[in-house]
Amino acid sequence: MKYFFAQNRHTIQRLGFAAITLIAVVTVLPIIGTVVFILIKGSSAISWNFLSGFPHDGMRAGGILPAVIGTLYLTIGTAIFSVPLGIAAAIYLAEYAKDNQWTRLIRLAIINLAGIPSVVYGLFGLGLFVLFLQFGTSILAASLTLSIMTLPVIISTAEEALRSVPQAFRTVSISLGATRWQTIRRIVLKEALPGILTGVILGLERAAGETAPILFTGAAFFLPRLPNSPFDATMALPYHLFVISTQVPEMPIQIQYGTALVLLVFVLTMNVIATVIRSRARARRQW
Amino acid sequence: MNKITIESLSLQYSDGTESLRDVSMGIHQNAVTVLFGPAGGGKSTLLRCLNRLNDLTEVKASSGQILIDGENILDPKVDVIALRRKVGMVFARPVPLPMSIRENIIYGLELAGEKRKSKLDEAVERSLKLSAVWDEVKDRLNDPAIALSGGQQQRLCLARVIALQPEIILLDEPTSGLDPISTGKVEAALLELKKEYTIILVPHSIQQAARTADYAAFFLTGELIEYGEGKSLFTIPKQKKTEDYIMGRFG
Amino acid sequence: MEKSLSWREFIITRLIQSSGYSAVIFVLLIFFFLLREGLPTLSEVDASSLLSVRWYPIEDYFGILPLISGSLMVTLGAALIAVPFGIGTAVYISEIAPRWMREILKPLVELLGGLPSVVLGFLGILVVSPFLRIFLDLPTGLTAFTGSLLLGGIAVPTIVSVAEDALDSVPRAYREGAWALGATRWQTIWRVTLPAARSGVLTAVMLGVGRAIGETMTVMMVTGNAPVLALKLGSLFSPVRTMTATIAAEMGEVANGSTHYHVLFLIGIVLFVISLIVNIIASSVVFRARKRAERILS
Repeated sequence: MKYFFAQNRHTIQRLGFAAITLIAVVTVLPIIGTVVFILIKGSSAISWNFLSGFPHDGMRAGGILPAVIGTLYLTIGTAIFSVPLGIAAAIYLAEYAKDNQWTRLIRLAIINLAGIPSVVYGLFGLGLFVLFLQFGTSILAASLTLSIMTLPVIISTAEEALRSVPQAFRTVSISLGATRWQTIRRIVLKEALPGILTGVILGLERAAGETAPILFTGAAFFLPRLPNSPFDATMALPYHLFVISTQVPEMPIQIQYGTALVLLVFVLTMNVIATVIRSRARARRQW
Repeated sequence: MNKITIESLSLQYSDGTESLRDVSMGIHQNAVTVLFGPAGGGKSTLLRCLNRLNDLTEVKASSGQILIDGENILDPKVDVIALRRKVGMVFARPVPLPMSIRENIIYGLELAGEKRKSKLDEAVERSLKLSAVWDEVKDRLNDPAIALSGGQQQRLCLARVIALQPEIILLDEPTSGLDPISTGKVEAALLELKKEYTIILVPHSIQQAARTADYAAFFLTGELIEYGEGKSLFTIPKQKKTEDYIMGRFG
Repeated sequence: MEKSLSWREFIITRLIQSSGYSAVIFVLLIFFFLLREGLPTLSEVDASSLLSVRWYPIEDYFGILPLISGSLMVTLGAALIAVPFGIGTAVYISEIAPRWMREILKPLVELLGGLPSVVLGFLGILVVSPFLRIFLDLPTGLTAFTGSLLLGGIAVPTIVSVAEDALDSVPRAYREGAWALGATRWQTIWRVTLPAARSGVLTAVMLGVGRAIGETMTVMMVTGNAPVLALKLGSLFSPVRTMTATIAAEMGEVANGSTHYHVLFLIGIVLFVISLIVNIIASSVVFRARKRAERILS
């Protein structure tokens, strides 16, 4: 075993702490750098026309309205399917499920869903929703695909939120003649709401930024009009950014940065809202 | 007369903790029956059988029956919701639900389908008065219940049970976290309450047991050792074990 | 009224229960549909052709080895970057940083996890790859290494948050015990805290690597998409093509039901199985660790 003089040990500790701190800085700085860089580079492209106009001249000019609207539709569509299902599944795991083989199977399935590559979700969506169920390349098919991808995030955060509600509330409520569901609806869900909301927003944030799952299930290269039914394909911000940065020659750099900025702001806003809800709920919590 | 009759009740939890072995006893109406003994003796388990709160816990095996007004409440066909309205429970730690004082009181009534404001208001006042906390909270019924002191919270919990107009009230060490003054108030409320209700109390000390008991039952490792009128049991216990425990020669 | 109440309760309970099992059903559905569309490959393409080194679907060459090697190379590079930085940052956040710093860093790293991969790819094309081309004097900046660098960034948040959780859950008494014996904080981190949290840290690494293998858009945009067998270290600085990028780039252009279409689904099966293995191992490590902790505590 090595033996250090006290002096020596503390020098090593100082050096070690400095190295670790440096690693953390090198990890974190690019994150801030990325955000700031895109904010600066993209801000000059932002104008009312850019946000409210259609692309024209082969997308080399004009705005990105259909992509923004498309991403909104997809996010809402994803929420419609994944939020009720995810919360219900979390309620099952936190409130009803016994600790047995079947529950372990469910947990394993959730972990695996979280790990499946996004492009594989795209293949699955193509196979099941687009072709087998004949929804076609559509908002519906893309939203359903994104919902299943989002599900594990929502389930695990919502379950954690539900479990953090003190058990005593449940016992008391039951002892006052409430059924299990009444207890969940009137006490547990109400208390877990901020945590659940945080999870939902973080899940939807991921869905809003995804490209691979919608590539073959609902994304359109270019559409001259807004989609008017769930069975229409749609443009979407992440896919649009992919298209104009790789598929369109002589694309003005300005529009690329502008599009990246709008996507980033869309996603970051959701992230910030989620963080604020969580920290405010923690501060206000009485138990 | 006996409000409750327990007949050879045995029960064991799946995790091997506290159990009950062949307990039989009758519990009198309009009296305070005290269940006492060292921790793990089965007192809380018995309480939780009386309003079927044990349904929430994993129970390995149970047998025997509990008759309340002649009906076996351990029968799977029994309406447990109605049972729990009839058999209220106050826990060791006061647990105000995360809502206002008034909402806490009317929680059970609303679940039972009572919507008339006049009835609810009446129940709030009546139950808070019976549990001796009305004067302290009547001006702030819409404040969060968590803002009350520990003693007030516990009396609120008692009021919450009374609001449902149960027939039996179970109290599981209701004063274990309270100061002597609050404890005195709760005990005084119990004396008042036994005129209308059948009360079963797990006390947090032998002194409290002796102070409050009309009838007392001594539990040791899941068995009922001795059961009788409080006065005689605490002065001339029939069983050696009971005597040892009361005299503090236990362990 | 009681009757209708219990009916409603019954129906709601059933609905909640079936939602609980939905995750299992979805995993099975995903597997089923991948098999349904991918298995026909085996009767259409020889195994020897599949395991060849040439991917050129237009002329019916479906050798998936270059794609597998591309994925492995990019992922390995990403792991080499993400593991030290991820664990280092986790150690900093959990053991060294003052409280206020922690409150800033955790959401920041989470934010990196939320950045759309397409944005990272976009920056990769416009900033990272030109920089690397000039800095390393390469013919093109779109290389496996560029992909590794960005994928490292994608794997870091996963590693940090899981590893930080693991470090955080090491009982304080362990650390205090080490301090009491005269260890410095630095020695405590290396000899006590990290070893105590090792199963969680291992899980963090596996999940991070799992994320890197499955990442699609970033690698498709920055790795140059050349399906050549990458075995030498030098290939790290030339274009490669991963399995995920191949599916994403080509699925849009193939005819449904063609051989090419089936092969792409077969690649999807390979990816699915890899992620399944990674996650089952990672979660079994967690379960084992939790069991051990329960034994110690009881």
